[in-house]
Amino acid sequence: MAVITYREALRAAMREELQRDENVVVMGEEVAQFNGAYKVTEGLLKEFGPKRVVDTPISEAGFIGLGIGASMLGIRPVMELMFWSFSYVAFDQIVNNAGNIRYMSGGLINCPIVIRGPGNGGTNVGATHSHTPEAILASHPGIKVVCPATPYDAKGLMKAAIRDNDPVYVMENTILYNDKGEVPEEDYIVPLGVADVKRVGTDLTIVAHGRAVITSLKAAEILEKEHGVSVEVVDLRSIRPLDEETILASVRKTHRALLVEENKPFCGVDAQVAYIIQAKAFDDLDAPIGRVSSIDAPQIYCKRMEDEQLPHAARVVAAALKVLA
Amino acid sequence: MAEIIDMPKLSDTMSVGTLVKWNIKEGQKVAFGDILAEVETDKATMELSCTVPGTVLKIYAPAGSQLPVGDPICAIGKAGEAAPDPKGKPVAPKASAKAPIPETTGIPCVPAAPAANAAPAPQSDASRTSASPYARRMAEKAALNVAALTGTGPGGRVVARDVAAAASAPVSAAPSGPINVAVAPPADGKGIQPDADIPVGGMRATIARRLLESKNTVPHFYLEVEVDAAPLMGLRETLNKRLAEQGGETALKLSVNDFILKASAEALRRVPTVNASWAGTSIRQHSAVHLSFGVALEDGLVTPVIRDAHAKSLRDIATDAKALIGKARSKKLSPAEMSGSTFTVTNLGMYGVTGFFGIINVPNAAILSVGATIKKPVIDANDRIVMGHRMVIGLSGDHRVVDGANGAQFLQALKQILEEPTLILI
Repeated sequence: MAVITYREALRAAMREELQRDENVVVMGEEVAQFNGAYKVTEGLLKEFGPKRVVDTPISEAGFIGLGIGASMLGIRPVMELMFWSFSYVAFDQIVNNAGNIRYMSGGLINCPIVIRGPGNGGTNVGATHSHTPEAILASHPGIKVVCPATPYDAKGLMKAAIRDNDPVYVMENTILYNDKGEVPEEDYIVPLGVADVKRVGTDLTIVAHGRAVITSLKAAEILEKEHGVSVEVVDLRSIRPLDEETILASVRKTHRALLVEENKPFCGVDAQVAYIIQAKAFDDLDAPIGRVSSIDAPQIYCKRMEDEQLPHAARVVAAALKVLA
Repeated sequence: MAEIIDMPKLSDTMSVGTLVKWNIKEGQKVAFGDILAEVETDKATMELSCTVPGTVLKIYAPAGSQLPVGDPICAIGKAGEAAPDPKGKPVAPKASAKAPIPETTGIPCVPAAPAANAAPAPQSDASRTSASPYARRMAEKAALNVAALTGTGPGGRVVARDVAAAASAPVSAAPSGPINVAVAPPADGKGIQPDADIPVGGMRATIARRLLESKNTVPHFYLEVEVDAAPLMGLRETLNKRLAEQGGETALKLSVNDFILKASAEALRRVPTVNASWAGTSIRQHSAVHLSFGVALEDGLVTPVIRDAHAKSLRDIATDAKALIGKARSKKLSPAEMSGSTFTVTNLGMYGVTGFFGIINVPNAAILSVGATIKKPVIDANDRIVMGHRMVIGLSGDHRVVDGANGAQFLQALKQILEEPTLILI
C-alpha cells in the first residue's frame, strides 16, 4: 500500500471522483489557479480544466448558495471553505437551505453537496479562525458531518461524502495535512456512520474524533507503558450519523469511558456521547464518564497558551487516571 | 494543581481511620499504585494506594494520627509547587496507633454482617452505599450485598474490582508461621498491674457489642458430648508423618482443629438444619457451609471464614485455615474474609480447657466449642477400666432455629465422624 499524506489522500479522493462522475465539480476560493490555500486541490485545474475546477469570489454566502442550487439540479459540488470558521457568514445556506430542502420538498429534491475545509484550532491564527463547528452543524437533522483523523479515513470518508445524496460536511485539520499513512490505491470508501476502533484495550474506552484521536493514541501509549493500563481508542469518524453501537460495545467491555475532543466543552459533541453512554450503558459503568475538551475560552492567540488550551497527551493521561481510580 | 488526598472510607462502617505507617516522605515522587500508607480501620489494616501520580508536597498528619474520613492526610502535586492549605485541621496525633475509637462509631467486625446471606434487618444503609452501577449489577449476580463490601474507588465507592475480590474470596499464599490456632500463653505472668482505664479499641468495642447482642437476643441452649479421640490422634500422627516425608521443610502439618473443621462441615452436610439462620419471619437455610473459626489475637479475637468448606478436602481446609490465621495475626484480613459465615468453631483445647460453651456468632444457628484431648480412665466394651483419649465438645444452639433433638443429631453425626475419622478422607 502506498504511504501518502492526509492532504494527498483528500486530493486523491477528489481526483478519483472527478474521473468517475462527470457531475462532480470542485469550487472555492483559490482552489483552481492558486492550487488551493492549503494545496489540497493542487493540480486538479490542470487535469480537469476550468469547467470542473472553479475559482469563486470571496463571498461564502454567495458561492455556497451557488453550490446548493447546482446540487439541486444534479451536480455534485465539492466546495472548499478556506476555514470552517468562514462558514458562519454562509450559515443560512449551509444549515437552512442545504439541511432542509429534501424534507421541505417532500423528498423530491436532493442536495448532494460536499463542503470541506479545515476546522481546527492549534495553529496560532486567533479566535475567529480556529472554530470547530462540527457540534453546531451536527445538531441539525438533515446534515451529515465527518471528521477524519488519518489519511486512510480522509480518502474513504471524502469519497463516501461525494457519493452521498445529502449534504455532507467534511471537517479537515491543517495540523494533520502532513501526517502520513497507508492508503490503498484501489477504490474504497469508509461508510458514513461507522466508527473505528483504532486501538484495542480492556481497562478504559477513550472516545475521540479528528485530531483528538491522534492525541488519545499517544496518551494510550503512555498509559500502557507507565501505568500498565490497557486503553481502547474509538474513533467516531462520523459525528452524524453517529455509530452508537461501537461506542456502547466498547464501554460494555471496559466499563470506564473518557471522552476527548478539541471542541469547547459546552454543548460539545461529547456532551451528546456522554448522554448516550449513561442512558444506554448505565449498568455497565464502573466510574463516572470523564471528559477532556478545549479549555472553555475564545481560542487563545498566544501560542504557548493555545497549546495548553487544546487537549494534549498529558491532560488525557491525567484525566484517564482519574476515571480509572 | 496539587491534589489533597483525604482519609478514604475503606469500609462501609468506617468513620475514623488510624494512620499506622507512612511509606512516603515529603518531596518523594510517587506513581499510580504506589502504597502511600497503611490505614487501620475498624475492620482491618489496609494499604492506601496512590491514585494521583506526582511529588509528595506535604504530609498533614503524622503516623499514629487518628482522622475522620474525609480529612486531609497529604498533598501530591508537581515538584516545587506550594502545598495547599488543607480544608480541615487534622486531629493531633495520639500516643499510639491503638488509640480509642469512640463507642458511637458502631463497628461490625467479629464477624462483619454476612455478605452472601444478609439477614433482612438493617437494609437502610445499602441505599446510601456509594457503588458504581456496574458494581451493583455484579454484586446482584453474585448475590452479594454492596453495603457489606469495602469500596476502594474515589470516596470509598464500591467498584467492580471490590465485588470481584469479594466474589472470589481470595486466600493468599500461606504464611510461614506455625499453625497453632491461638497465641501461646505467656511463659511467666506479668504481675498485678496498676489501676488504669484501658481505652476500648475498635475490635474490642465490636466484640462487646456483637456478643452482648447475641447473648441478650438469642435463646441459647447447650449440649455436650464426649468423643473418643484416640483414632483421630492416630490418624493425625500417621498423616503428618507421611506429609513430612513427602514435603520436607515446607510440608503441610495438620492440626487437630483442621480435623474438627472438616468433620463439622461433613456433619452439617448430614444434618443441614443446623446450617441455617434466624431471619425474623423465616428460617434461612444455606446452600453452602461457610465455616468461621476463632483466632485469638493479643488484643481480641477475629473469626475468618473458610468458604464452601462442605466442598473442600481436609488438605484444602488446612491450607485455607493456615493462610487465614497468618492474615489474622498480621491484621491483613479483608472484611470480606470475615463475612458470610454459616457456622462457627472455637477451640480452647490447646490451653487445656476441658469443655466450654461459646456465645453464638449471629446469624449462625450454633457454635461448636472444642476442649482439650485428655487421658482419663474409661470403661471399655468389656466393662474394664482402661486408659482413653477423650475430647469434650460443646454445642450452643439458637433455639429459634435448632431444637434439642436437631442439635443432638448433629453432635451424634460429628461424634461418629471423629471416632471413625477415615470417613472424612472420602
